[in-house]
Amino acid sequence: MVEEIVHPKDAYLRSDRFPHIWCPGCGLGIVLKSYVDAISKLDIPYNNHVLVSGIGCTARLPGYANVDSYHTTHGRAIPFATGLKIVNPELQVTVISGDGDLFNIGGNHIIHAARRNMDLLVVCVNNFNYGMTGGQHGATTPEGARTSTTPYGNIEHSFNLPYIMSSLGASYVARWTSLHVRQLTRSIMKAMKIRGFSFIEVISPCPPNFGKYNRFSDGLSQMQFFYENSVLDNNADLSEAYIDFTGKRPLIVGEFVHRIRPSYIDLEKELIRKAMEEP
Amino acid sequence: MNKKLIKPGNYFMNGNFACAEGALVAGLNFYAGYPITPSSEIMERLSYRLPQVGGHFIEMEDEIASMAAIIGASNAGAKAMTATSGPGFSLMQENIGLAVITETPVVVVDEMRGGPSTGLPTRVGQGDIMQAMWGTHGDHEAIAYAPSSVQEMFDLTIKAFNTAERYRQPVIVLTDQVIGHMSERLVVRDLSDYEIVERELREYPDPIGKVHDFSRDFVPMVIAGKGFHYNIDSLTHDERGYPSNDPMVEEVMVKHLIEKIRKNEDKIVEYKEYFLDDAEIIIIAYGITARSSIQAVRELREKGIRVGLFRPITIWPIPKKRIMELSERVNAIYVPEINFGQYSHAIREFSKSPVYEIPFPPGKVPDPKRIVRMIEGGS
Repeated sequence: MVEEIVHPKDAYLRSDRFPHIWCPGCGLGIVLKSYVDAISKLDIPYNNHVLVSGIGCTARLPGYANVDSYHTTHGRAIPFATGLKIVNPELQVTVISGDGDLFNIGGNHIIHAARRNMDLLVVCVNNFNYGMTGGQHGATTPEGARTSTTPYGNIEHSFNLPYIMSSLGASYVARWTSLHVRQLTRSIMKAMKIRGFSFIEVISPCPPNFGKYNRFSDGLSQMQFFYENSVLDNNADLSEAYIDFTGKRPLIVGEFVHRIRPSYIDLEKELIRKAMEEP
Repeated sequence: MNKKLIKPGNYFMNGNFACAEGALVAGLNFYAGYPITPSSEIMERLSYRLPQVGGHFIEMEDEIASMAAIIGASNAGAKAMTATSGPGFSLMQENIGLAVITETPVVVVDEMRGGPSTGLPTRVGQGDIMQAMWGTHGDHEAIAYAPSSVQEMFDLTIKAFNTAERYRQPVIVLTDQVIGHMSERLVVRDLSDYEIVERELREYPDPIGKVHDFSRDFVPMVIAGKGFHYNIDSLTHDERGYPSNDPMVEEVMVKHLIEKIRKNEDKIVEYKEYFLDDAEIIIIAYGITARSSIQAVRELREKGIRVGLFRPITIWPIPKKRIMELSERVNAIYVPEINFGQYSHAIREFSKSPVYEIPFPPGKVPDPKRIVRMIEGGS
């Protein structure tokens, strides 16, 4: 008789859904672990946690976490989450989705959520391409990188996500790689306690797509790159925080922004109070 | 009853304000929208009125976001609405499908203007009839009410909320620029006279044990934060809410979504009939065109031509049984509409007698005289 092994975090996972759909070497399992670790350690009531995602590999993550989860349409996780949060501010609404979902098709929504300082935590897992559809180029693909739709190399300038988010007034901005498991977990825990808009970028390998085209044939070689090139700099000049994989530029990680600004939910509560008091 | 809701009495009000006030009476507590002519007065009114009753108003970055936000809000337990016009309605279509597949009650007001594209922003059209039915991709059923007066902007907005809650389905109030912008009499009855359907919510621990039960037309909705820990998915999903690639799972889920409406069609369908008892010819018209048509009916009757008006209140589902019955006893059906033939196609599917189109180009209120001439002319 083989003893059934129960993982200590099983209660926070939909273990009947495993094995998951992610490829060997993908960083998404690490992000899922960090999320689950964070909510298991925090004093936020478990039932208040809600996960929302759009479409893509990362967007499948909420489906494996044992919390209220919403897998919505491509790019639209943030406005959906906005509706949930405004109606029930007790909810801890976290959006976990990919770079393509949040910054290409959903780019308009994330900039406005940050501008409003909407009380959401957005975790963007950036693998520099569209993994689910076979590795096409997107707004985060570094200049010169090859993808299935940039066979001659990418000629477009890429987004620098922490720089964008900081410029829009987000309350909290951090970046880690899938190598920085503990830092990521602590970052999620911290961000969930912050009023307003929090943003965490997680750099992740995508071995069969971006990796294959760009000298990272397996997850390990890209993790090795993260190990050798990551530089912790909480006070970094974010305009310099672009990512390329040439090895000539450091991969800047850290907690870049943590500021106190009135959040949307706080301001709206005050607005409603005043309007209701009017005779 | 909230004391800041509209008081019973007679009002001289425009259609957009009547829609906003009706929504509040129905229990609206979340509105997300993006300005667009001719529906903007709905959101302007609600930006002022919703906070007074403790509700939430947010102006989103576009119509895609507005539609997503109301679905999110409804999943947190709110009665939620947005309002728009043709171009915005086009942008909302994908997420209308999200509301269908997640069985989320929401109300979408589409105030039709001339199209295609940006078209005639300030002038009337009725070109979104088919879009209201088939605008979002994939198999589904649609429910759309067509007010043709300020009174109906109020009454049918309330009804749209009730129907959305009852059938767990997005419901469209499909109106037009003239109805939205014109001012006329609105009678508000004692608010306790209005039927208000409150959402049936599931209590935790869950007696059903899974998020969906496709063997039943309706199960009480699960909202966020109650301890269920369910997955709500835009992908084809099984009763646990888990995504699936299996065509059998697709069949079971889609049949459920369609059948819950088709089985209840008789309860949903509504229409009004004018001068039909002895009619040999029927006009079928909706929205502002029904107002022109009733004038045409009077003029034709004065000339001795026995014409009646059939006015669908629910454009979708189309009142097919009644159209079939009526078409058997008349010689012809005329369909005036402010487009070059949309609803006429749907009517033709169920009519036993010939169906003639009376197309009006967008931009103007249909001239009753033209309807008279067309019917007098015999085609």
